[in-house]
Amino acid sequence: MAKKRHITTKINGDTVEFLCEPRQTLLEVLRNTLDLTGTKEGCSNGNCGACTVLMNGRPVDSCLVLAVEAEDAELKTIEGVACGTHLNAVQSAFLEGAALQCGICTPGFIMQSEALLAENPNPSEQEIRFYLAGNLCRCTGYDKIVQAVQTAAGKRQTESGTKCCH
Amino acid sequence: MRDFEYEAPTSLGAALAVLAKGNARALAGGTDLIDQVRLGRHSPDVIVDVKKLPELNGIQHDTSGLRLGAAVPLYKVYGHCGICSDYSALADSARIIGGIQIQSRASIGGNICNAGPAADSTPSVIALGGVCVIAGPNGTREVPAEAFCVGPGKSVLQAGEILVEIKFPARVAHSGSHYRRFIPRNEMDIAVVGVGASVVLADCRQKFVSARLALGAVGPTPILAQAAGDSLAGQPVNEVTIAKAGELARSVAKPIDDMRGTAEYRLHLVGVLTQRVLNAAVARARGEKIDNVPGH
Repeated sequence: MAKKRHITTKINGDTVEFLCEPRQTLLEVLRNTLDLTGTKEGCSNGNCGACTVLMNGRPVDSCLVLAVEAEDAELKTIEGVACGTHLNAVQSAFLEGAALQCGICTPGFIMQSEALLAENPNPSEQEIRFYLAGNLCRCTGYDKIVQAVQTAAGKRQTESGTKCCH
Repeated sequence: MRDFEYEAPTSLGAALAVLAKGNARALAGGTDLIDQVRLGRHSPDVIVDVKKLPELNGIQHDTSGLRLGAAVPLYKVYGHCGICSDYSALADSARIIGGIQIQSRASIGGNICNAGPAADSTPSVIALGGVCVIAGPNGTREVPAEAFCVGPGKSVLQAGEILVEIKFPARVAHSGSHYRRFIPRNEMDIAVVGVGASVVLADCRQKFVSARLALGAVGPTPILAQAAGDSLAGQPVNEVTIAKAGELARSVAKPIDDMRGTAEYRLHLVGVLTQRVLNAAVARARGEKIDNVPGH
């Protein structure tokens, strides 16, 4: 058995250390070692995007990242999106717009939408659909998700300047 | 997942030393490898992370051409202005491989080494005259991209070897390139057929000087359609010459029937896509913008 590795990384702004085997994925360690169970396991092969987290600012499928690769990285998970008890623009738009049903895909969609709006604050419907193509939802039919991202984009623009704690 | 050791060397020499120990596989973005290890398709004892090797992670673009490190992630490929303008087909491919999450990690080098018959980057690399630079225990060797894949999932890489970078010649005046695939969805799908083309036009922009065409998903490996490209040299740019190139491209395609389409359907698509891709490459060579929204 390969020896466990000691990994130091940053998750949601905090320095975190953990032990993992080389064969463990980032998704496994987030959920099973660090109890960050907001990140969901869907297909475990990079098709569905349920496990999306941000790694050094880029969205990645955490099921296709080895936990050892997180050494010295900066990670953001769904747990780091809200500001204390205040949902951020994307979260509240998903909630108010009923952009979810069973909720398993939702953390991945929110992380992917966060990445999109950081890169492109005012995306067109087509740009939203293209950017979210790596996230699958079997319940909503996507329209409400796209609308929620549009709402969140508008809200973020009117609220810009009022920075959250993260 | 199977148990393995993980190494992340910071020099090419150190990486080759680990690879030389045997039963090791290189990890770039891992979007193919991690899934394949999980499924048991590969059973490495050591995984060698190549993302800390400077030789594999740079983009060097100057008057002598382009050197693309094998592990450079796709988002950096289509985010590079020089690649978008001078090696457009490569950027076209990078934009449609997987979704955005995959593009954060996956690389052109990894896509080629995975040696999938339907790989979206390989036809572009072949069309653009890419040369694969391979390092191994016996030094460095170069293999033209069209000779790199030898069968589904199989490449010329020998045990202990690693793809370091892909070299492309400098873009010449009045040249343009494009890659397009046919899929039944708008995005996130595997090509039914993919075609990459690179053309050079004469100063008058009405005649071909040369052309290179490559086909994906219509054979056990991506295919250089040499005769189709050669047929355009010295010919006027028109429907007749472009249709003839489409016919010649069809003649080298060896598709199979599978869940994505019948062989007959794929042959038809080769003809249609070859013409569309050539027309788009010509438009780019003339400095025109093409209507190419990824996924549409």
